[in-house]
Amino acid sequence: MATVKLRDLRKSYGDVEVIKGVDIDIADGEFVVFVGPSGCGKSTLLRMIAGLEDITDGTLEIDGQRVNDLEPSKRGIAMVFQSYAIFPHMTVRENVAFGLTINKASKAEKEEKVAEAARILQMEHLLDRRPSELSGGQRQRVAIGRAIVRDPKVFLFDEPLSNLDAALRMDMRMEIGKLHQDLDASMIYVTHDQVEAMTLADKIVVLKDGKVMQIGAPMELYHEPANLFVAGFLGAPSMNFLDVTVHAVNDTTVTISSDSLDQIDVPHKGRSFTVGQAATLGVRPQYLHPAADEVGRLHGKVILTERLGSETVIDIGLADGSKVIAALAEDSIQIAGTDVNLDFDPNQAHIFPETR
Amino acid sequence: MASKLTTSNRAGWAFAFPGFGLLAMFIVVPFFFAFYLSLTNQRLISPNPTEFVGLDNYRSLLSISVLSIEPEVDDAGAVVRNEDGNPKYPRVRTFTRNNPEYPQYAGMREWFRWHSGDTAKVVVATDVVFWKSLRNTLMFVLVVAPVQGAIALGLALLINQRLRAINIYRAIYFMPVVVSIVVVSLLWRFLYAEEGLLNSILGALSFGMFEGRDWLGDPDTALGAIKAMSIWQAVGFHMVIWLSGLQTISPTLYEASSIEGASKWQTFRYVTWPGLRNTAVLVLIVITMQAFALFAQIDVMTNGGPLDSTTTVVFQAVERGYGKQDISGGSAISVVLFLIVLTISLIQRYLTREK
Repeated sequence: MATVKLRDLRKSYGDVEVIKGVDIDIADGEFVVFVGPSGCGKSTLLRMIAGLEDITDGTLEIDGQRVNDLEPSKRGIAMVFQSYAIFPHMTVRENVAFGLTINKASKAEKEEKVAEAARILQMEHLLDRRPSELSGGQRQRVAIGRAIVRDPKVFLFDEPLSNLDAALRMDMRMEIGKLHQDLDASMIYVTHDQVEAMTLADKIVVLKDGKVMQIGAPMELYHEPANLFVAGFLGAPSMNFLDVTVHAVNDTTVTISSDSLDQIDVPHKGRSFTVGQAATLGVRPQYLHPAADEVGRLHGKVILTERLGSETVIDIGLADGSKVIAALAEDSIQIAGTDVNLDFDPNQAHIFPETR
Repeated sequence: MASKLTTSNRAGWAFAFPGFGLLAMFIVVPFFFAFYLSLTNQRLISPNPTEFVGLDNYRSLLSISVLSIEPEVDDAGAVVRNEDGNPKYPRVRTFTRNNPEYPQYAGMREWFRWHSGDTAKVVVATDVVFWKSLRNTLMFVLVVAPVQGAIALGLALLINQRLRAINIYRAIYFMPVVVSIVVVSLLWRFLYAEEGLLNSILGALSFGMFEGRDWLGDPDTALGAIKAMSIWQAVGFHMVIWLSGLQTISPTLYEASSIEGASKWQTFRYVTWPGLRNTAVLVLIVITMQAFALFAQIDVMTNGGPLDSTTTVVFQAVERGYGKQDISGGSAISVVLFLIVLTISLIQRYLTREK
């Protein structure tokens, strides 16, 4: 169990800088998820922590010790790969015990540790099989077993569920969450799937183009996104954005409007605006709903309705040609082509000075 | 889209015909033809009609026995010894030529002998040159297959790295494969010559202590010299096969083993070598077959000499069939070689099967 500290960490391939100065603090026993679109550098960052990629600049500390130049095996980490990386010619038992075999551990120690890992992962019955006889989920379990046996200070997961089908992914996601509770170890988990990030993390790090966009607890990021990117990245369906113009800046709010949006005051949360400025308003689909009294603030036409039973997702075309999505919490029938007026709570809306 | 051409059975056969035809004409037909010829007394050019002789060719090719010869004794019953104190033995030909008491040894000649007490055990064979060629071929295979395979693997591991200009090294190691074996053999004949490069280098390195020798003219070194040159020539080919096998191993397996702290040797043992299983079987079988087919080097460099020390089975088949115009004898050798290679391949496949 250990803390991990990243200070101005950088990575360049030749002239191309892919990690552009990252600072992250990971507390003892914390589950941290790196999330971002593909190419944002999240896997590279994880591989730098693991020691599989050189660190060009900055400092990486594990347990208070600078480990920039240590071999992967000396850093006290264990890693679980997307492609499982289990050895096809070895049985599950041999795979799980691989690190012990390498370090010439005694037979008794091997048996004890493998049995312990198998018990935690409930795979005692698989120990004598070969990887070719296992399903994807079972293979990933073997890979996690190999990591547990190392008894590492930090577990690293590199998109461990991406090769699994949807149903299995949910099961394994819960198991990894439970594993974290049981082992109480520091874990760093890379994914492009925001659902995994939201459900597993104590702390989410959103990355884009090699830079940290925001760090915080899942609900903090969901309710208080620091910028347009984080706002659009987390949440499904993703947040609606409207191009608006600022008419007045008040104490705690700004007054905005657009062709399809009547004038409204939205809390600016400390961000600075100037009158006449173009800005972006963000409203989550869950907070948009048809106005009961037919006088909503946002005016458009229904394009498409998707009824999922538990919720109804409506595509709405606005007057300026843009589109918004409303997710209603009940089953509802909206006929395509009809005019609709939408309303939302201004306190649930976010105004960003950036434009898209 | 299914046109008439792609659905017509006749068109399919027409496209397959050139390939099938060439395979049949140069591989299938000659194989059965050789088998047929080996059962006759056919000569390359002969006025006499061909006769069916059954297994006579195989009998004369493969007949081998051990003849025990007691030393000569004088009238008193004591062993006659020469001036060195060694016992004197009657000549082998007294048993094998016109001796009605030993019809089973008729026409045989001595291959080699050893002594058991005062008794001389003489291995006699009807076709001693064939047996020598078989021994030479086996010795060649036994050395070349493992050594060439191992060196090729070593080179493949070396060039399977991301280094600048690694392609230059790949090209250098592969170059001898592209050059005709006849050209390579001629060049190496110069290297091995008494006044050749190898002797000059060894002489210079040993400050003149090494006096130089005729590598290909000495029965003790000729076959070894050809082994060394053959290994060098084809090692690049097998290196490429190993390389392709190495590149099928997932890089994440190496990353996983480096995180576990595996040393270079442990990585090779637990990751690389198991991943190369199928490649190893292929390389081993290909090298073995190629080694059994050893011919061009012998034909160019030594012609089987000196004293039959480098003659090989294929060389004998050609020599007999065309040199001596004994096409049925050459065919019999070919069939024997086929059976040997087939057997060894089957054994190798059995030993290296997936368990």
